[in-house]
Amino acid sequence: MNNSVAYDLSVLIQKQKQGERLFKIAALAAVIISLGTLAALVADVFIDGLPRLDWKFISSFPSRKPQEAGILAALAGSFYAIILTALVAVPIGVGAAIYLEEYAQKNWFSRFIELNVANLAGVPSIIYGLLGLDLFVRAMGLGRSLLAGSLTLALLVLPIIIITAREAIRTVPLSIRDAAYALGATRWQMIKDHVLPLSLPGILTGVILSVSRAIGETAPLITMGALTYVAFVPTGPLSPFTVLPIQIFNWVSRPQKGFHACAAAGIVILLLVTLFLNAAAIFLRNHYQKKFSARSL
Amino acid sequence: MFDSNKKKIRVRKEFLVKFCLFFCGAVSIFTTLGIVAVLLFETISFFKEVPILNFLTDTQWTPLFVNKHFGISPLFTATILTAAIAMLVAIPLGLLTAIFLSEYASQGVRRILKPILEVLAGVPTIVYGYFALFFVTPLLQKLIPGLHGFNSLSPGIVMGIMILPLILSLSEDAMYAVPQSLRDAAFALGSSRLQVALKVVVPAAFSGITASFILAVSRAVGETMLMAIAAGQMPNLTLNPLVPIETMTTYIVQISLGDTPYGTLEYQTIFAVGMVLFLFTFVLNIVGGKLRGKFRELYV
Repeated sequence: MNNSVAYDLSVLIQKQKQGERLFKIAALAAVIISLGTLAALVADVFIDGLPRLDWKFISSFPSRKPQEAGILAALAGSFYAIILTALVAVPIGVGAAIYLEEYAQKNWFSRFIELNVANLAGVPSIIYGLLGLDLFVRAMGLGRSLLAGSLTLALLVLPIIIITAREAIRTVPLSIRDAAYALGATRWQMIKDHVLPLSLPGILTGVILSVSRAIGETAPLITMGALTYVAFVPTGPLSPFTVLPIQIFNWVSRPQKGFHACAAAGIVILLLVTLFLNAAAIFLRNHYQKKFSARSL
Repeated sequence: MFDSNKKKIRVRKEFLVKFCLFFCGAVSIFTTLGIVAVLLFETISFFKEVPILNFLTDTQWTPLFVNKHFGISPLFTATILTAAIAMLVAIPLGLLTAIFLSEYASQGVRRILKPILEVLAGVPTIVYGYFALFFVTPLLQKLIPGLHGFNSLSPGIVMGIMILPLILSLSEDAMYAVPQSLRDAAFALGSSRLQVALKVVVPAAFSGITASFILAVSRAVGETMLMAIAAGQMPNLTLNPLVPIETMTTYIVQISLGDTPYGTLEYQTIFAVGMVLFLFTFVLNIVGGKLRGKFRELYV
């Protein structure tokens, strides 16, 4: 009797250990599959694209011959589009975050804005393209210009900036606000002299993330009508334009193999930029978290 | 006298600042209103030409042919099919990794592995499109001889990898937030680590985990470039993952690339399709957000 209980227990323990082992193997396999895919993706793109990537590629305009095609127009377009996007989205996004965190009373209206921002963050990017097409391109008469594209992108990244800036502002300790008030500061003085400088690294993280997102966005710009073949650098905000991912898309959809190498070379540049930005954001976030946890002690 | 003047300026300045900041906050509301207004306006014009019943029940989508049909079902089915393939990949991988990171991994492993996996979310979707078309599809063609160059299987699998960080990060957060006392109680009753994970932590974090699935589906449904590049542009009403299809997002891209004049029926179709896409993701986001909020109320 006693013996059989001990036997049952040992079988049970044996079974549990087997389950543990199986799970660990499965989990390891899952991690390896995910990381392996990432590695394969990076390797595939670099093997295809690196031989094509040289100074001539970066400094030439697109061409009908794959070996002469370059990415200059798209690089310049992306660069200007990002600057314009940030100029519009950062002040509005940070302003909205300050309003929600520091001014808004906890009533139905601020809850409505909050819910609204959360929902906007989940709207597919291509829908923003439809908005841009009807609102900026048609109704406001901006045409298929750099400015119309940048405004579309600005609306797209606004939720990211608002959400991250709010989180950053929220981490500023209450004691600092109280101290500023105690010395007679007005609300805005307290915000601009204390809250904003202290939450700057966090806000910057959000800005970097949104820039990285905007650089990689293709669908909304295609939808609002950015051109796919542009052989000039944008001359002003109302100039037609193309961007890096659209140029890549254009090369991918051509049948000639030579253009696929161009696409891969373009992707190498795009990947390097976005991965660098993401790494910078993660570094900033970690560094910032450490600093603040030390402060709040 | 001088002091009260200064005070007046200060009060006025404070008011002005508050007004500007309020305006910034209102921009997000204008954006939503703008989206709804634009979609509604063009969709209503579209439904004046095409009866809504045809739109919902017709099984063909051929707005560019002479014999025009406006049935959304091929595009809708294609969207669901690719999202389903993606979820079949992302749910097991994401959940296994999440349980592992939350219940098994040491702090060090967790701190290193999580950001690396989150890199997957930072890769632009056009890169995934290239990868699906020129790497995964040829690879799959060696295993499945009948596989078409454009199909829903390859971009579906790649999309699964793409949305994995979303599931991983949200469901891992949910599991990590389950109170230690629940685990301790189960351990004290002689449970193994796996039993604690599967029978205590996962059920306790269930609403958070479900929320991560729903938000991932929403993301998959709205994904555009990956599908436009690798899944084809053929509105096929099929559940066969081996043949070319066209998702709702791809259709919008296809029309936008052409030169469709403003005000024509073709122009309005992309808004009608966009409306379906918007409503669908909107419902998913609301449900996902609610579930996430419910979970937070419970534990966080």
